[in-house]
Amino acid sequence: MTFWNNPINFIGNWLTGLLTGWHLPVALATILLYIIGITVLIVFAMTLDIGLVWVERKVVARFQDRLGPNRIGPFGLIQPVADIIKMVIKEDITPAGADKIIYNIAPVLAATSVILLWAILPLASTIYGVDLNVGLLYIVAAGALGTLAIIMAGWSSNNKYALLGAFRMVSNMISYEIPMVIILLIPTILANTMSVQGITQAQSGMWFAILSPLALLIFVISAIAELGRSPFDLNEAESEIVAGFHIEYTGMKFGWFYAGELLHAFTFGGFMAILFFGGYGGFFGLEKLAAFGWLNIPFVQALVFITKAMIGYWVIMWVKYSVPRIRIDHMLAFNWKFLVPLALVVLVNTAVLNKVLIDLPGWLYVLGMFGSNIVIGFITVEILRAHGRKQRSLTPPSPQPLHPSGHMSQGERGV
Amino acid sequence: MTAEQIIFILTGALVLGSGLMVVTVRNLLHAALWLVASLFGVAILYAILQANFLAVVQVVVYIGAIAVLFIFAVMLTRRELMEKGRQTRPNRWLPALLGLLILSGLVVLILSVPGVENTAAALPAGLDTVRALGTALVSPDAYVVPFEVASVLMLAALVGAVYVATAEKK
Repeated sequence: MTFWNNPINFIGNWLTGLLTGWHLPVALATILLYIIGITVLIVFAMTLDIGLVWVERKVVARFQDRLGPNRIGPFGLIQPVADIIKMVIKEDITPAGADKIIYNIAPVLAATSVILLWAILPLASTIYGVDLNVGLLYIVAAGALGTLAIIMAGWSSNNKYALLGAFRMVSNMISYEIPMVIILLIPTILANTMSVQGITQAQSGMWFAILSPLALLIFVISAIAELGRSPFDLNEAESEIVAGFHIEYTGMKFGWFYAGELLHAFTFGGFMAILFFGGYGGFFGLEKLAAFGWLNIPFVQALVFITKAMIGYWVIMWVKYSVPRIRIDHMLAFNWKFLVPLALVVLVNTAVLNKVLIDLPGWLYVLGMFGSNIVIGFITVEILRAHGRKQRSLTPPSPQPLHPSGHMSQGERGV
Repeated sequence: MTAEQIIFILTGALVLGSGLMVVTVRNLLHAALWLVASLFGVAILYAILQANFLAVVQVVVYIGAIAVLFIFAVMLTRRELMEKGRQTRPNRWLPALLGLLILSGLVVLILSVPGVENTAAALPAGLDTVRALGTALVSPDAYVVPFEVASVLMLAALVGAVYVATAEKK
């Protein structure tokens, strides 16, 4: 066992040797090691988070045809550090009538609920916190704590906008948790396990994104809803309720919410990679060839994982900065009347086909799974089209808006 | 004392202490949050017992759903049920006595189970508890009937809730 094959274990053994060499009892040394490991993991996640601030601002600038941060350091790379210094030295205000203890716990809990997810995030086959056999349910549980943090922030701020944001968050989270949980069952069925490592390894031959593209789509939508990002950012809708649940938070307390949201988005990009794109592995069997053995080095795997997670994160940003916020009744109707039934259909389809096709040769299995998803998707689109046509025939057509001067507008002239 | 015992004692203190706070604080929202802390402590106890599934489900169901709905309901009553104002039922001693009676009854009951003082055997290595639980829930010689009956009950409750919540059409 060398450093390059199993770095965490190598360092762990070395530290255990060092600590027991100082005549510490083994039990105490183990506890110390756990504490060191947890600290390193949190520090790694939060350091990555600082980089994500820069990534997010640069990407949104590209989407909006701007340059983004470009003054401090090369390409504005030092900008997040300046932001942190600014936030730390800002005045820390606790509003009058706020529930002080809950008000101060909420931002910590919000960031904690995200960092908890990192415990099960496998960066490589040998670099991970813990491999829980209930990994997928753990994701849902950590999300529940995040909801709680937002409710606490909204209630304790003693502000009606904050409270409205919290109300909206609860209706959002409780609704979109359902398609999320149903969809998490699909990788479970395909991999026969809820362990995140097991799901990653089950995809060494074929990505689940190809076996069930509809599940991926529903997962992305419900993940964005769970993140509370646009188009589901009703909990902080700037144009309606100012900043929603974090309206009263200043300085670094706001910083915790902001950092938590960015890291949450990246983490869900990571889960997208793990559940549907093979995580740190998944090169369609390529990594088993001798010539590509270097793909199995943990540091290469970690690089692959972070790249895949960044692509997932980019998709989440892409949606956020392209799609406008939707109305709350539309959001709930979309969930209950569209996402939940579709998720149930996809789940039943996957469960049945997985049993029927499992004995067939591999390519037929993949073809059957992929084809069934395409059929379901086609039927869904047809149902939606029929529904849309019916709705349009019910409402009388609105008169065509005319350009004020009576001439055709710029766009029409071009056609 | 092993590390596990220390964690158990700390968690037990958390569960009992926050449970006590639930019934003694006057602010309803604080009571709900103490309830969350107490339920979270129970999840830690499950985790110590290596019941991963139960621990996670405890958080998902009790904190993610039930406690959040509690808080949601309490938030809608904002200033009405705060510290000020008269308690509707100021009687404290009778519930405390009843609680003690139930506790002592449970202790007697548990102590009467044969072999309760023995340390449980360690789980065999490589046993997937989640898989075992899942198989037990759907196998005919285990719990499939109670499981299905509970499911039907839940469905009935769901239909009933929808019926009650739907406005009457005239």
